[in-house]
Amino acid sequence: MTEITIFILSSLGTLFILLAAIGVVKMPDLYLRISVTTKAATLGIGLILVAAAFYFNDSSITARVLAIILFMLLTAPVGAHMIGRASYFTGVKMWKKSILDDLEGQYDPKTHKLSSEDQKSLKKDSHNPEE
Amino acid sequence: MNLYDYLYYIILPILSISVLIIFIRFLIGPTLSDRVISLDLLLTTGIGIIAVYSIHTNQPTFLDIAMILALIAFLSTVAFAYYLEKRERND
Repeated sequence: MTEITIFILSSLGTLFILLAAIGVVKMPDLYLRISVTTKAATLGIGLILVAAAFYFNDSSITARVLAIILFMLLTAPVGAHMIGRASYFTGVKMWKKSILDDLEGQYDPKTHKLSSEDQKSLKKDSHNPEE
Repeated sequence: MNLYDYLYYIILPILSISVLIIFIRFLIGPTLSDRVISLDLLLTTGIGIIAVYSIHTNQPTFLDIAMILALIAFLSTVAFAYYLEKRERND
């Protein structure tokens, strides 16, 4: 029974990692690649580590595996967000078939501060009180 | 087919092939951010290979190395992002 569980979990995890590897080569855009890396690879690693926990069947190793999975779940989105933000500032182009860029014109290029649409309209109103 | 043969002859080769595929992106990546992403994914795949190898050799000590590798992957991504942004601001 345990062996079948390890078979299934490790196969699924390896499949997800292979899909992440193919996606990172085939995707046309840096931001799509970031999304592939974050989701698929984290899920695959989690499944393989759970398979290792099932194999050893020991509470100390299960705690270690859970710590690794929790750490990966916490740090993968943070790292992806930081590298995506940095590459948006350094001027990495989006895919030419992308439809929507919500951040266009919202970031101050000097100070890297984000300003929303409401604040901009407020500022415009205060500059032109006649309108 | 028992578990050890399955891990050794099917799972580990597929993981190695994915490492090679990711390394293609590491070589051809047009920008520095692409290379940082693929480096992060390489380290993540390394964690998986370590976990499978610790099952195959029946030594759970290798999982400690996997934890340290996860730490290094996160730190390298954050450091690269920080200095990419800083370099662009200084130019």
